[in-house]
Amino acid sequence: MAEKNVMFNDAMEQLEEIVKLLEQGDVPLEEALTLYQKGMELSKLCHDKLKNAETQLVTMMKDGKEVPAEIEGEGNAQ
Amino acid sequence: MATDPYLSVAALTKYIKKKFDADPHLRDVYVKGELSNVKIHTSGHIYFTLKDQKARMPAVMFSARAKSMKFRPESGMTVLIRGDISVYEASGQYQLYAQSMQPDGIGDYYLAFEQLKEKLNKEGVFNADHKQSLPRFPEKVAVITAQTGAAVRDIITTLKRRYPLAQIVLFPTLVQGQGAVQSIVQSIQQANRTDSDVLIVGRGGGSIEDLWAFNEEAVARAIHDSTIPIISAVGHETDTTIADFVADLRAATPTAAAELAVPSRIELLERVMGQRQIMFRHMTNDLEQRRIRLTQLQNSYPMAYPDRLYRPFIERIERAADALQRETVLTVRRSGDRLTMLSRQLDNRNPSDRIRQAERDLAILGDRLDQRIANVFNQREQQLKSAIRTLDALSPLKIMDRGYAIPFKHGEVVKSVDQLELGDQLSLSLKDGEVKTVIEAIDSKEKERD
Repeated sequence: MAEKNVMFNDAMEQLEEIVKLLEQGDVPLEEALTLYQKGMELSKLCHDKLKNAETQLVTMMKDGKEVPAEIEGEGNAQ
Repeated sequence: MATDPYLSVAALTKYIKKKFDADPHLRDVYVKGELSNVKIHTSGHIYFTLKDQKARMPAVMFSARAKSMKFRPESGMTVLIRGDISVYEASGQYQLYAQSMQPDGIGDYYLAFEQLKEKLNKEGVFNADHKQSLPRFPEKVAVITAQTGAAVRDIITTLKRRYPLAQIVLFPTLVQGQGAVQSIVQSIQQANRTDSDVLIVGRGGGSIEDLWAFNEEAVARAIHDSTIPIISAVGHETDTTIADFVADLRAATPTAAAELAVPSRIELLERVMGQRQIMFRHMTNDLEQRRIRLTQLQNSYPMAYPDRLYRPFIERIERAADALQRETVLTVRRSGDRLTMLSRQLDNRNPSDRIRQAERDLAILGDRLDQRIANVFNQREQQLKSAIRTLDALSPLKIMDRGYAIPFKHGEVVKSVDQLELGDQLSLSLKDGEVKTVIEAIDSKEKERD
């Protein structure tokens, strides 16, 4: 889970960097195509992650153990 | 007046109001009572009833005053009010117009709050340079609040709705009453030992007493010492706690804290799609630019008429070849002319006459040489003949003919007696042979003369 999110963070940053590079417009063609392809992959990755994302909710016990949590009234709050 | 002894309600009310307003005791009153029927109007004015066990009176606090209140008045609270009494003519009611309101019994709390705030502020605990910035995409959000209640529900619901990528870790914490301070501090410290990216510390609204743990120094220190950014979400807008001052970010409500903690998935999706579109647009534009440039280049003069590139060179080569041929012919012709001229000059200086003259000179010299050599030969021949004659006349053989002998000792001619000793053998050459003799006596002519 943590690793997936690190990847989202990285993916977003890379995507933004690629867009910035392409916007500067002085990238050689081959590199631009590679960047574009990479950008599309990253965009899809981010998109899929956001679409399919699921929260994992845990409760930290006093002894430092994590246990899955159920919150009273969760779901009908607000 | 005499015809109409009746006063209008308004006039009488105005009179009564004047009486109230003129009374110095009513102009500045301090009154203590319990709040009930608290209504906060949209304008911000607060209408309420102040009561105790024996009496009640209507009261109002206008928004200008209400805004500066540090707490949220709720029914059932006992409050200390300073204000004045006047009459609201429209309803004929006298009212307490509150200028300030303080919860009763927590005056000490306020003092402690202000003192702690002042102390921490002087220490720089609230300084902006201590504030940590929040991560853009937290992967783990720690929630420090009570395990039950509206706050935790609001936070978790909002986190899940906005950004389901994040893991939520709940630290069940006592947030009010006995042991709350210790529990909050422990949870913050415990959360700091995890790899959480952001901490939400908070609780739902409540009375100022309920929130008090968040005004304690230990909690403030724990928040300050946290290496993980903390969003405080304590109570409501009206109640600011010390924790809110120390936290890296303050949220008005638990829901707002969750919204600050994580980005919105929907907005992120839009941003991802936006980035994708930007990228696509730039790529398309870029390719179009390159295509245009390529077309331009293809249509450019050198590319369109490549033969014109080397045409000038061909012309130059041809001109050069012509010039070369012309020059060569000229050079050959010039060389021929020069050769002819030199040959003529050479002929003019022909050495054959000189050779013939030299041959004549040589012949003359040769004749003279022959003549001279012949003379020399004759001369030398005469000399030789004369010498032979003289030599013949002087020959010892001729002398020995006349009886002379020549003495030899060991092959040498003996010319003096000094060369001889008694007993030496001598050989005497005579005209017709040799004899061997022995010396028997030596008579020296010089001795005779002595």
